[in-house]
Amino acid sequence: MSPAFTVFIKECRESLRERRVLINSLLVGPLIGPVLVLVLMRLVVGREVEKAERALPVVVIGAERAPELIGALHQMGLRQLPAVSDPERAVREQRIDLALRVPPDFGAAWRSGRPAQVELIYDSSRREAQGDVERVRAMLESYSRRSSALRLLARGIAPAIATPLLVASRDAATPQARGALLFAMLPYMLVLTMFIGGLWLAIDSTAGERERLSLEPLLINPVPRDRILLGKLLATAAFSLASLTLGLLAFLWAGHFMPTEELGLSLALGPHFFAVALPMLVPLVLLIGITQILIAAFARSVREAQTYLGLAQLVPLIPSVVLSLLPVKAQLWMYAVPLLGQQLAIMRLLRAEAVPGIALGLSALMTLLAVLGVFLLARRVYNSERLAITV
Amino acid sequence: MIEARGLRKSFGAHRAVDDVSFIARDGEITGLLGPNGAGKTTTLRMLYTLMRPDAGAVLIDGRDALLEPLAVRRLLGVLPDSRGLYKRLTARENIQYFAALHAMAPAEARAHADALIETLGMQDIAERPTGGFSQGERVKTAIARALVHGPRNVLLDEPTNGLDVTATRSLREFLRGLRASGRCILLSTHLMQEVAALCDRIVIIANGRVVADGTADEVRKIAGEQNLEEAFVKLIGAATMGNVL
Repeated sequence: MSPAFTVFIKECRESLRERRVLINSLLVGPLIGPVLVLVLMRLVVGREVEKAERALPVVVIGAERAPELIGALHQMGLRQLPAVSDPERAVREQRIDLALRVPPDFGAAWRSGRPAQVELIYDSSRREAQGDVERVRAMLESYSRRSSALRLLARGIAPAIATPLLVASRDAATPQARGALLFAMLPYMLVLTMFIGGLWLAIDSTAGERERLSLEPLLINPVPRDRILLGKLLATAAFSLASLTLGLLAFLWAGHFMPTEELGLSLALGPHFFAVALPMLVPLVLLIGITQILIAAFARSVREAQTYLGLAQLVPLIPSVVLSLLPVKAQLWMYAVPLLGQQLAIMRLLRAEAVPGIALGLSALMTLLAVLGVFLLARRVYNSERLAITV
Repeated sequence: MIEARGLRKSFGAHRAVDDVSFIARDGEITGLLGPNGAGKTTTLRMLYTLMRPDAGAVLIDGRDALLEPLAVRRLLGVLPDSRGLYKRLTARENIQYFAALHAMAPAEARAHADALIETLGMQDIAERPTGGFSQGERVKTAIARALVHGPRNVLLDEPTNGLDVTATRSLREFLRGLRASGRCILLSTHLMQEVAALCDRIVIIANGRVVADGTADEVRKIAGEQNLEEAFVKLIGAATMGNVL
């Protein structure tokens, strides 16, 4: 039996008897992603529905000067709030979100057919009020269009004359694409699952063994240290992979409870997604495992290793955040970047788009090369004299 | 046979081991005696290839530890200063893990483990996880796993540290048994009584240097003292004074 396999078997056996490992690798790791996404989606759905149907309270000043306008706005969902004396100040001090002011000369201008002005008072730096401002603006414009059409008709002119250009918006985002946008965080959730799955084994492989004073006896055995490292990597990766497999299954299951229909979305979270994503992520499992081991090997104690790795698990967030803020078109070279490539591919799979075979191959190749590179680094740390010494 | 030739090791500016040479012969128990911080553990770590000496050589049964570290490790059984066990594994699993790392087949590993479990009187605890073991039970397990491959040379770093009287006595009996089978045994200790009770030869080390090397009688003669403990104190005192001056 090769020494690496001996180490692998022992690490797995020991970890399977450790309740902390079982809870983290086989319960917390797999469930954290689906649960977070479910909660997030429920929140988003709740807010979207609420926003579109809710009555919109607006402070109106001088409502008596334009009863017809205000009546039409009421029908469109505006709820009139009593006037305030200094609306500009009230908005600036954030006592109200926005105010609509009908100036004293509104009636005269309206009746004589001149453009009658209304004023919308708001603070453009307050993003949360933007939606309401846009809604009021849209109501006003709709009223304006209706009135202008009526006036033209009254003068025997077809309203179409006054509309030389008509802009029609057609949203090209397929329902799946909109879902994937919401799901930009899902790839990171899978990375987090892999990370948590192997965390304890990676820490235990050096910092843990050193703290329990078992690293020195282990290294005195007639086995090259890179074989021991390899065995520990395989055990870490095995737990990480188990966590990922359960995590993917949990996502498939959670897919049934996701309020995708309310959002008009559909996500390709089916068996095909599972069958492609799992093998695709195996090289990444190895990369995450060996990186965790390398980082943990620098730490002087288990606690220190936990701190370092806690920070390290935020790094994969970067491509996720970038991809969700700047939805770039996937170029082939991006698949060559470990982590980024897998994230892009997962997002395509979620949109039910095929990932080109060459992209998958490139991603696997470059990730495995990165595994080799980090392994060589970790081997250097393992071969250093100070590794085993507890000071 | 274990041979140290002119070993030196520094950590930064601190010279932990400074030109240490001695020989531990087969069929003898050699005691490496010295106060805390004298350089015993560092010397042993160079002997069992965990550390590389800055200068000097280590020969185990005539083979150079620097050139063939893996071959030399097969010739050695080591109870290091760190003797942590895997507490989720049973004593037997701890022992057989090391046997497997020595490339022993499972059946052979099991047979060797059985023999050591019997010799060390561990039958009652062999199948229990080591998490709840007493200090004595832990040392027994650590010794069994160190010797599972049947090495000719045995290195022990402060083997009786933390053991009670009974456990110490049975450990000494066990080491005498190893000597009777012709093995070379080298142990480090800071306890005079340990050396007097057990060792055939004494190497006294202080401030990283060998200050005396020989049988108990020879050490007494070197120091010019009738009492071995007086001789020890005088020898390490002289070395410490020399360093201060």
